[in-house]
Amino acid sequence: MSSVYVLHGLKPWLIQRVSAVYIAIFIIYSVFSLVTAGDAGYSQWREWLFHPLNTIAVGLFAIALLLHAWIGMRDIILDYVHNTLIRMLAFTLVIVVLICSGLWSAKILLLSAAM
Amino acid sequence: MGTQLTDNRPVYLNLFKIRLPTTGIVSFAHRVSGFLLFLAIPFSIYVLDLSVTSSQGYEQSLQLLQQPVIRIILLLLVWAIVHHLLAGIRYLLLDFDIAIDKAGSNMTAWTVILAEICIMAVYVWAVML
Repeated sequence: MSSVYVLHGLKPWLIQRVSAVYIAIFIIYSVFSLVTAGDAGYSQWREWLFHPLNTIAVGLFAIALLLHAWIGMRDIILDYVHNTLIRMLAFTLVIVVLICSGLWSAKILLLSAAM
Repeated sequence: MGTQLTDNRPVYLNLFKIRLPTTGIVSFAHRVSGFLLFLAIPFSIYVLDLSVTSSQGYEQSLQLLQQPVIRIILLLLVWAIVHHLLAGIRYLLLDFDIAIDKAGSNMTAWTVILAEICIMAVYVWAVML
């Protein structure tokens, strides 16, 4: 059954943990930014998001989150879905949702700054 | 003989009578919270998109997040983030063989539960009330 393991071995284990550490640091940073923002409005929100360093930080967060979510969902599907066909459909659905989410995030971060 | 014994093993899986240990509860909640956070990804990106494209969109996204149903879902998702983060840190410690024994892992599981109760109390007090 090893052919149904889309990723296997040490590599996803490591990606899971490295992405987790980055996500954790990013969450603490964004909660800090949110708490210190006070009564900021639309323009300050955009200023924050489209500051180059924050755009890069959010972009890396999106990549880390999608990889992390993929490995987590893959593990859940492997544990609970035993029928090979349904398992493949579930993998496909998760991958489609995550890739669309990634493209949508890229669109926001790269194109909305100019608007 | 061996296979026959294995095949006839009684299966006792009454989930109402099996008492999951604290470590098991924290572990399963880590999985449930991760699944909930996965489900939240598309909606989160939708709100992000709405909030940065125009000032009307920004106001709309604030109104959307003020809806009673959304506030309850947000409470659930904030719990999911907090639990997933804390239980995840606990897993990273376990990876480094920290608190790997029964007493130690029980202690860190209870620490996760108490810490998340404190953080959720602060969240409800500061944001919900």
